[in-house]
Amino acid sequence: MISFNQVCKRYPNGFNALRNIGFTLEAGEMALITGHSGAGKSTLLRLIAAIERPTSGSIIVNGQNVSALKSGAIPFLRRNLGLVFQDQKILFDRTVFDNVLLPLQISGFDSRAATGRVRAALDKVGLLDREKTRPITLSGGEQQRLCIARAIVNRPSILIADEPTSNLDADYAKDIMTMFKSFHQVGVTVLIATHDVELLGGTPLRIFSLNHGELTI
Amino acid sequence: MSVWAAHHWYAFVLAFKRLAGAPLGNLLSIIVIGIAFSLPAGVYVLLENLQAFSAQVSGAPQLSLFLKLDADSDEVAKIGARLKEHPQVASFEFISRESALEQLKQDSGLADLVDGLERNPLPDAFVINARSLSPATLKGLRAELQKWPRIEHIQLDSAWAKRLDALINLGRLAVLMLAALLSFALVAVTFNTIRLQILTKRDEIEVSKLIGATNGFIRRPFLYFGAIQGMAGGVAAWLIISLGIHLIDDDLRNLTRLYAVDLSLYHLSPEDSLTLLLFSACLGWVGAWLSVANHLWQIEPN
Repeated sequence: MISFNQVCKRYPNGFNALRNIGFTLEAGEMALITGHSGAGKSTLLRLIAAIERPTSGSIIVNGQNVSALKSGAIPFLRRNLGLVFQDQKILFDRTVFDNVLLPLQISGFDSRAATGRVRAALDKVGLLDREKTRPITLSGGEQQRLCIARAIVNRPSILIADEPTSNLDADYAKDIMTMFKSFHQVGVTVLIATHDVELLGGTPLRIFSLNHGELTI
Repeated sequence: MSVWAAHHWYAFVLAFKRLAGAPLGNLLSIIVIGIAFSLPAGVYVLLENLQAFSAQVSGAPQLSLFLKLDADSDEVAKIGARLKEHPQVASFEFISRESALEQLKQDSGLADLVDGLERNPLPDAFVINARSLSPATLKGLRAELQKWPRIEHIQLDSAWAKRLDALINLGRLAVLMLAALLSFALVAVTFNTIRLQILTKRDEIEVSKLIGATNGFIRRPFLYFGAIQGMAGGVAAWLIISLGIHLIDDDLRNLTRLYAVDLSLYHLSPEDSLTLLLFSACLGWVGAWLSVANHLWQIEPN
């Protein structure tokens, strides 16, 4: 569950990125955040993962008040979130397999259990046959799928993706969205920021529209 | 395997991978550390050898008691009897002036010169081994014997050994100072190596933080790296000293044999070797820790 209550984010230069945001996303729900670029979509997602802190208001994620979390507790919050970043943040000095393995190493999995989980995650995104290759040899769509595999390998209850289809052509983008829907169907809470509403393809979903830092629904 | 063990194993393996990842650069760092450490450790080895040598040569300190030249045999016998009864004297040996002259002739190779002397310039002498070897009792005994009649001069043979001891102590102090200075060098070398590593691993650190790595998780491989590099530097220092001893030993033995002394160099004892390795590993760890503490907080994901 993700719950925002009167959240404001104001940057030191005086720019108000988010103003008085309030919404609740129940466990197992799937929602999109849309809006023009600069509307505050990324900021909102970064607040959930405590990459940034709100100026005021409270953010509850899985029963924890993220806005009041001590810095020592943040890593453990993030381990329960699957994050797909806008700039992907793939490590190009290691194989596809090792990229997906990293979250498990951080959680302290022993290598045998970890290997099974990595393969399962790669299988889900259709990259199992590429596990030994370097990420640089993957296409744009495959790199995005690699990011998704890394986000889900820890089996998080919440999946958060920032513009996961921004650099992909329509077919690839559809693929990715289908993938997110399948995670939603097995009970994962999914929150996706995108400027491309057409990807929905008619599926009924909750949509939060952001306009200059304010929710407009 | 527990989470704790898994984390440490991961950090340890990663540190080794990073070492192997840049073999030339890391080898050079290790050699620099080794050379820096071989200096104080080498001087220490030298001092240990010198001390062993001095103990071997000087043995227990002795008192040499020289009589006046005109002391006659009765007086000599009287002094001998008094020495026998003295509680502080363990044993003594009488060297008559004639046998002393004979020995001088044989040992010094100055036979011609000695033969040319009009009269024997050497006095009768007693060489005394005292019961106690403490410098204070030896001094007291010397002062007491000095007051006896017909005594010209008493010499404490331990004087030069004492001087050597003082010299060795001075050397020890130099070793400590050298070690302290070069320890800073090791910390500095590790600090910089780790700083460079943190800069090149920036992406990895950032991503790790984003997906839930604690600071400890990120810090650990660097600390292991510092400790491993420090210890490898210690091993390098040990090998440098071994090489030095190996090169010097034969020549030194030939040299000392000319002076009728059999001297061969000892390496660091196992305890000292272990101390060297642990010490260098600790310093590497400290350097890495300082570096990580200084640089890691600058990398915050955004």
